[in-house]
Amino acid sequence: MDFDLSEEQRLLQESVGKLIADEYEFEKRKAYAKEPAGYSAARWAQFAELGLLGIPFPETLGGSGGSAVETMIVMEAFGRGLVLEPYLATVVLAGGILRRAGSAGQQRELIPSVIAGKLRLALAHGERQARYDLADVATSARSAGESWVLSGRKAVVIHGDSADRLIVSARTAGDQRDKVGISLFLVDAKAPGLTVQGYPTVDGLRAAEIQLENVKVGPDALIGERDRGLAIVEQAVDAGIAALAAEAVGAMTAMHEITVDYLKTRKQFGVAIGSFQALQHRAVDMLVSLEQARSMAYLATMMAEEPDTAERRRAISAAKVQIGRSARFVGQQSIQLHGGIGMTMEYKIGHYFKRVSMIDTLFGDAEHHLKLVAEAGGLVDPL
Amino acid sequence: MDLRFTPEETAFRAEIRAFFRSALPEPIRRKMVEGRHLAKADIVTWQRILNAKGWAVPHWPVEWGGTGWTPVQHYIFSEEMQQTPAPQTLAFGTHMVGPVIIAFGNEEQKRHYLPRIRNIDDWWCQGFSEPGSGSDLASLKTSAKRQGDHYVVNGQKTWTTLAQHADMMFCLVRTDPAAKKQEGISFLLMDMKSPGITVRPITTIDGSAEVNEVFFDDVKVPVANRVGDENKGWDYAKYLLGHERTSIARVGVSKERIRRLKELAALEPAGGGGRMIDDQRFRERIAEVEIELKALEMTQLRVVAAERHGRSKKPDPASSILKIKGSEIQQAISTLLMEVIGPYAMPYRPDIEGVNEPPVGPDYAGPLAPTYFNWRKISIYGGSNEIQRNIISKAILGL
Repeated sequence: MDFDLSEEQRLLQESVGKLIADEYEFEKRKAYAKEPAGYSAARWAQFAELGLLGIPFPETLGGSGGSAVETMIVMEAFGRGLVLEPYLATVVLAGGILRRAGSAGQQRELIPSVIAGKLRLALAHGERQARYDLADVATSARSAGESWVLSGRKAVVIHGDSADRLIVSARTAGDQRDKVGISLFLVDAKAPGLTVQGYPTVDGLRAAEIQLENVKVGPDALIGERDRGLAIVEQAVDAGIAALAAEAVGAMTAMHEITVDYLKTRKQFGVAIGSFQALQHRAVDMLVSLEQARSMAYLATMMAEEPDTAERRRAISAAKVQIGRSARFVGQQSIQLHGGIGMTMEYKIGHYFKRVSMIDTLFGDAEHHLKLVAEAGGLVDPL
Repeated sequence: MDLRFTPEETAFRAEIRAFFRSALPEPIRRKMVEGRHLAKADIVTWQRILNAKGWAVPHWPVEWGGTGWTPVQHYIFSEEMQQTPAPQTLAFGTHMVGPVIIAFGNEEQKRHYLPRIRNIDDWWCQGFSEPGSGSDLASLKTSAKRQGDHYVVNGQKTWTTLAQHADMMFCLVRTDPAAKKQEGISFLLMDMKSPGITVRPITTIDGSAEVNEVFFDDVKVPVANRVGDENKGWDYAKYLLGHERTSIARVGVSKERIRRLKELAALEPAGGGGRMIDDQRFRERIAEVEIELKALEMTQLRVVAAERHGRSKKPDPASSILKIKGSEIQQAISTLLMEVIGPYAMPYRPDIEGVNEPPVGPDYAGPLAPTYFNWRKISIYGGSNEIQRNIISKAILGL
């Protein structure tokens, strides 16, 4: 039982923290969002230079072989800075799938480019009718000789519009909601028949609706075993949720600090409003909620790569519930305690609120995951 | 960073669990499971079993009977005791006055009282709150006037838990009425058989008689029974209140109560032919508490793990977070435990000696509603949750 970071992890925390403090000040972020991709090309290159894009990948491919703890450290700092770049999409989600399930050839071809910042990826899995059900896949992949022909529509693909390659899930067998029969394919974003409709999301990031009409891919496009893609997606999503939990904790920590600072400086009735007990207690309740979320982000990190699927999914769902609940409370109260200024686009607090609210929505909100935890029999097992 | 327990810690847990299972008398365990009141003899019996094993006061220094365990081992011990479920040792002795005597008492006090506390030869009670001094404890008025080698004590304490059984009371008294309120208080050890002490029970809303009023009418207390310096009692009281960090959240109690809740939910009809455990909404409400509890357990472990770095003896404001969240969770569980039995929450069966109404409804129903009412105390005692928020606001947030 040890919550301490190793010496190397502390150095990583320091250097990412400094990067965010130096390069991700709120006004700079506004400028980054206006770049063509919706984020900063220079920062992405800097992440690559600092080795951040290689953190989870094995050393043999040029990465640093880090664990979920290193990812947590990076994501927490990114949460503080409200980072716009496609780290989650490229490194954690799609990169995670390549790392765990890609063939040696696929890994050698793609991962070094990811680490170098030259290749951006996205996971195109969710569909309109599926809501948060990962097994509900209507997109189809017909075999045509050695090749595959993909058709269907993917919804709200995070950073789908800037990705060079997509990992697309499609049904190769079974009915629309069957757990078996989903396969994963690497698809070039410029492939004929593939249409990408990119758009900004309310939290200032980017996503895309992706249409596939008879998109042809070769036999080497298949990732992992045919028909067995769901488990790969579940593992990727679980690791993604753990990363998002850390990002949310970073964002909530910043919100809480900003809000407490505001309570100390804003004066009404001739005194700092932080001298009022009603507001003090609200700030304390926010802290309690934040610390509960931080604890569950640690749990999610520890369970992110747990091989026992049932145990992993249960813990990750529990963490997602806590993160969602805390994000809503801390977010709403941050706005409330700021009063009118908290409502303005030009002030940073609302941007944190929007990001943590969208984190709740990603990969299943608190209500969805609460249902999953209840269906799994809860968390307290018989002795 | 590694949140797993080491193999040694896991083996330690197994050892503790096996001992608790074999050593705790079954009738006491049943009372705990069913949520019935324990008799004085139950607590004495159990604490003496623990003392014989050398585990009555594991958190004390080794020279006074402690075990020298790591903070994680203490946490495991406490969690296992709560999960068995076994009664706690009498906290007024083992967790309150004991540590104060160890930290601030003289050699004679240590030699006399500590072995007796360990073996519960004296039943201790806590004389802190007064009718006019609850959250504002330092405003207490009970006076102690020095006359030769005695203090003469006059005044009143209240909410004195289990004083009806008590042989001894540790008591905050005002020895300097002229000083600033925190600076005129002393910490006395009083023999409850002293002439001039009257104990009067207070019946709480659940019908139980746990708490009392205690009146002092010219009670003579030897000066030798003062702990530490005169007028420094407030420091000792603060030490006492902030001392407990490994079990304040009562995670083990909540886990055990959730298991009980699920057991009862599997028995209770939900209407429409199903059981309460099949009701999705009810299950989600249980799951909601379980998630909060898991988060609290991790938060508690963060505090415990940090103690390895030899945190100071000062009260850790993080304990206030544990107290707030731990009490909210226990109260939420007690609410579900009352709801689960539906209409059979209604028959009133006070679980007091001498009352022997014939039971109606399922035999497990009786204590559930009274416990719901009784457990409202958890967010009030030991510094109300609002006081805890004041502490966090000041000590952590700097507001």
